[in-house]
Amino acid sequence: MPVQCSNCVQRRAVLKRPKTGHSLCKDCFFWAFEEEIHQTIVSAGLFNRGETVAIGASGGKDSTVLAHVMKVLNERYDYGLSLLLLSVDEGITGYRDDSLETVKRNQQQYELPLKIVSYEELYGWTMDAIVKQVGLKNNCTFCGVFRRQALDRGAMMLKVDKICTGHNADDVAETVLMNVLRGDIARLCRCTSISTASDGEGAIPRCKPLKYAYEKEIVLYAYFKKLDYFSTECIYSPNAYRGHARAFLKDLESIRPSSIIDVIHSSETLSIKEGVKMPVQGTCSRCGYISSQALCKSCVLLEGLNRGLPKLGIGKHHRLHGKILAQEPLTEQEEKKLKPVNCNCRL
Amino acid sequence: MCQVEEDYNGLESELNNLCCMKCKEGTAVLIIRVNDAFCRSCFKEYFIHKFRAMLGKNRVIFPQEKVLLAVSGGTASCSMLSQVQEGLSREAPKKLRFVPGIIYIDDGGACGRSAEERQRSNALLKSIFTETGFTYFIVSLEQVFSLPTSVLVPGTSDPDPSNPSYKQAVDQYIKEKQTLTEENVASAVAQLNIEDSAYSPEHKLALERLFSSMKTLTAKEDMLQTLRQHLILHIARENGYSKVMMGDSCSRLAVKLLSNIALGRGAALASDTGFSDPRYGDVVIVRPMRDYSSKEIAFYSRMFNVPSVFISGLDTKTHDKASIQRLTESFVTNLQFDFPSTVSTIYRTSEKLHTVMPPQSQTAEPASKCLLCLCTLDTKVDKASAFHATLVSEQLSQIKLQDPSLDAPAQSAEQCCTEGQGCGPGGCCSSNRLPSHQDLKTLLCYSCRLTIKDMVATNTLPPYIITEAEKRQKRWEILLHNLNISFIKKKKCCHLLTLSKPE
Repeated sequence: MPVQCSNCVQRRAVLKRPKTGHSLCKDCFFWAFEEEIHQTIVSAGLFNRGETVAIGASGGKDSTVLAHVMKVLNERYDYGLSLLLLSVDEGITGYRDDSLETVKRNQQQYELPLKIVSYEELYGWTMDAIVKQVGLKNNCTFCGVFRRQALDRGAMMLKVDKICTGHNADDVAETVLMNVLRGDIARLCRCTSISTASDGEGAIPRCKPLKYAYEKEIVLYAYFKKLDYFSTECIYSPNAYRGHARAFLKDLESIRPSSIIDVIHSSETLSIKEGVKMPVQGTCSRCGYISSQALCKSCVLLEGLNRGLPKLGIGKHHRLHGKILAQEPLTEQEEKKLKPVNCNCRL
Repeated sequence: MCQVEEDYNGLESELNNLCCMKCKEGTAVLIIRVNDAFCRSCFKEYFIHKFRAMLGKNRVIFPQEKVLLAVSGGTASCSMLSQVQEGLSREAPKKLRFVPGIIYIDDGGACGRSAEERQRSNALLKSIFTETGFTYFIVSLEQVFSLPTSVLVPGTSDPDPSNPSYKQAVDQYIKEKQTLTEENVASAVAQLNIEDSAYSPEHKLALERLFSSMKTLTAKEDMLQTLRQHLILHIARENGYSKVMMGDSCSRLAVKLLSNIALGRGAALASDTGFSDPRYGDVVIVRPMRDYSSKEIAFYSRMFNVPSVFISGLDTKTHDKASIQRLTESFVTNLQFDFPSTVSTIYRTSEKLHTVMPPQSQTAEPASKCLLCLCTLDTKVDKASAFHATLVSEQLSQIKLQDPSLDAPAQSAEQCCTEGQGCGPGGCCSSNRLPSHQDLKTLLCYSCRLTIKDMVATNTLPPYIITEAEKRQKRWEILLHNLNISFIKKKKCCHLLTLSKPE
C-alpha cells in the first residue's frame, strides 16, 4: 500500500527522513530541508545584509549541497549576500585533483566566482610529500591545520566578511565524541558553536549553516536534485583516529536515529567547572596568525617538516618552541625523539 | 593516544623477572595500568588506601552518619562492601566512622528471570550480607508500584548553620568516642533486617507490562535505572540514611559518560558521573569506587576471595548493537585495547565538568526539575540550539494540526490517529485525564523525553509517577489561568514559526 507524504498528504512518499522518520515526497523533502537551513541561519543570525561570503568548496557532497542551498536561499529570502567559492588544493594525487575538477564544474553551474589556494604555494609542501615524511599515522593533523590556515589566507586575499563550511551534524557529533575521548576540554566547549568568535583583526569568522543537517539527508538531497559532486574518501583517512568516533556514531545512529542531534544537544548543555585551565587566544610571533601558544601550530609543523623532524608538532613539546623561535639547534637527544619512526602503524 | 612516547611492547615476557615497583623486593604478581607491577601485599595496601583516600579527600561522610551501600552482587559493589568491612574493623584512630547498611534491589521481574532463579540469588546474597553483620534490605523492584509521590520531590539539604564543618565533626566525634564503650556502638548496628523480596502478582504483572511497553532496550535500561534509583532513594529516606554509596568503577563511569552524551544527558553529566550526586537534596549519592579500573577490582576480588554473585541483567548476552549502553561499553572496551589511556582520559574529562545550578536552587519549585531523573530541565528553547532544530524538523515534516496544544491521551495505540502516521508528539483524538505523551513531555528533561517517546502506553508507568505528573500539570494549568492563557499557550508550544508552504 503506497504511503502518502506526511506533509502534503497528496503526493506519494518517496523517501523516509532519517532525522525524524517521517515519509515525505520529493518536493516536501526539498522544502523541509531548505527551510531548516534557513531557520538555522536566521535564528543564529549568521549573516548580515550586504556581506561577502566565501563558501569552502571541496567538490564533495557537503560543500556542493551547501553552495546550492546558499544560492537558492539567497535568492528566495533575499539575504543580500554576494557568494563566492573558495577551494583548497592539498596536493593529494588521485583525490584532490579529481575533486577540484568538480569544483570547477560547480563554478559554471552555479555561476559563482572561484578561487583555489594550494599548500604548495602557501607552505611549499604537498600532502603527498608530507605523508612520505611523516608516515601513515598522524598526517590528518597536518592536513587539517594547514587547511584551516589556507582557508583563512585565501579569504583574506579575497577580502570576504565570512567563511561558511559544509560541516554537517555528523561531523559536529564526531568532533564532540573525539574531544571527549581525547580529553580536550577546551575544544569540547568550543566545537559546538555554530560560528567562531569574530573578535580580533585578521580572524574571519567561520560558520556552519549545515550544522543540524544529517549527512544522510544531505546525500538524499544531492541525489534527488541530481547535483554534481565527487564522492571518494581521502586515501589517507582509514588510519585516522576519527574513524573510531565515526564508526561509533554510525552504530549509534542505527540504534536510535536521533542520537546525532542528542550528542550535539549534550555538548551544548554541558558546562565546565571554573578553574579549569583554558588556553588564551593570542597571536603567533612568527606569522601573526591567531594562536594560543607563542608559535602557531602550522609554524611548528612547518618547522618540523623543513628540518626533517616531522614529529615536532605531534605530541607535547612546548618547551622546544622557545628554542625553535630562537633558531637554536636542538640537542641530539631531542632530535632522536622527533625523527620519524619507520613503521609506527598497527595495521 | 597517538602520542610519540607511548610504547607498549615487550612487557609480557618480562613479568617473571619484574620486581614490585613499590617495595622493590617482592616478585610482582600483576600489572595494572600500563606497566605498574605490584606484589601481593603492596597491591592490597594500594587498593585499600585508595578507598580511604577517596573518602578522606572528599570529606562528605561525617562521623556516625548512616550510609546505605547499594550492592548489585557484582564484583565492584562487593569489593566496596569488603572495603567498608575492612575499614570499620581497623584500630580506633584509622577506623572509618560511619554506620553502614546494605541494599540490594532484585530486578528479576524486569529482566525476565524466573522465580526460582531470583530466590536462589537472593539466598546467596543474604548469606553474604549476614556474614558482614550490617543491616541489610533485600527489596524487589515490584515495590516500585507502591511508592509514594514524595520520591519525586527533592528534599531540602538542611543548610543548618549549627551543622559543624567536617573537621570539627571529626574532632567532636573522637572526643565523644573516648567516653563511649564498644558495645554501645555495636548495638546500634544490629537492627532489623528487611527482606522484602515478596511481591504481589498484580505488581509483577504491572512491571512486566511496563517493560514490554518499551520498544527499545535503550529505553528499558534507562527506565530500569530510574526506577532503581527511586527505590533506593525511598528506602534511604524511610530508614534515615543520608548517604548512598554506589559501586561504579572507573571503567563503568567512562562508559556511562559516553553513553549519557549519546542519550542527550549533557546537562547532568557531572552529577551522573562525579563523586557526589546532590540532586535528591537530602540523600546524597557518592561513588567511592570511581578511581578503580575494572581490572584492579577483578584482580582484587580474585586474589583476596571477595564473595560475589553474578546476576544477569537486561543486557546480558545481547549483541553489541542491542542498545546504546551496550554499544558504548563494547566501543570503549575495544578502544581501550588499542589505546590504553582511553578510560583514564574520559575519567579525567568527567572531573572537569560541573552541573549548572539554577540561581536560587533552594527555593526553586519542583516543577523546574525533571519528573523522572530529578535533574534540572534543559529544555529551554534557545534560539539557535539543537533542541530548537529538532522542534523545527518535527514541525516541517508533518501536516500542521489545528490546535496542537490540545491534550490527547495515548491510552492504546489502536484508538489513535486516522491518518496512519502513528500517535506521536502531534497528538490527536478526544481528551481524557490519563497523561498523554504531550503532557508528560513538558515535565521531562531532553533524554527522559526520548525514553518516554519509546513507550507505547504511558499509563503502564507506576502510579506515583502518574499522580505526580497530574499534580504538576494541574499546577501549571492554574498558572496559565492566572496569566494570559492564549498568549502563554502559544509560547509553551514553541510554535513561534509562521511558515507558508509552497503549493
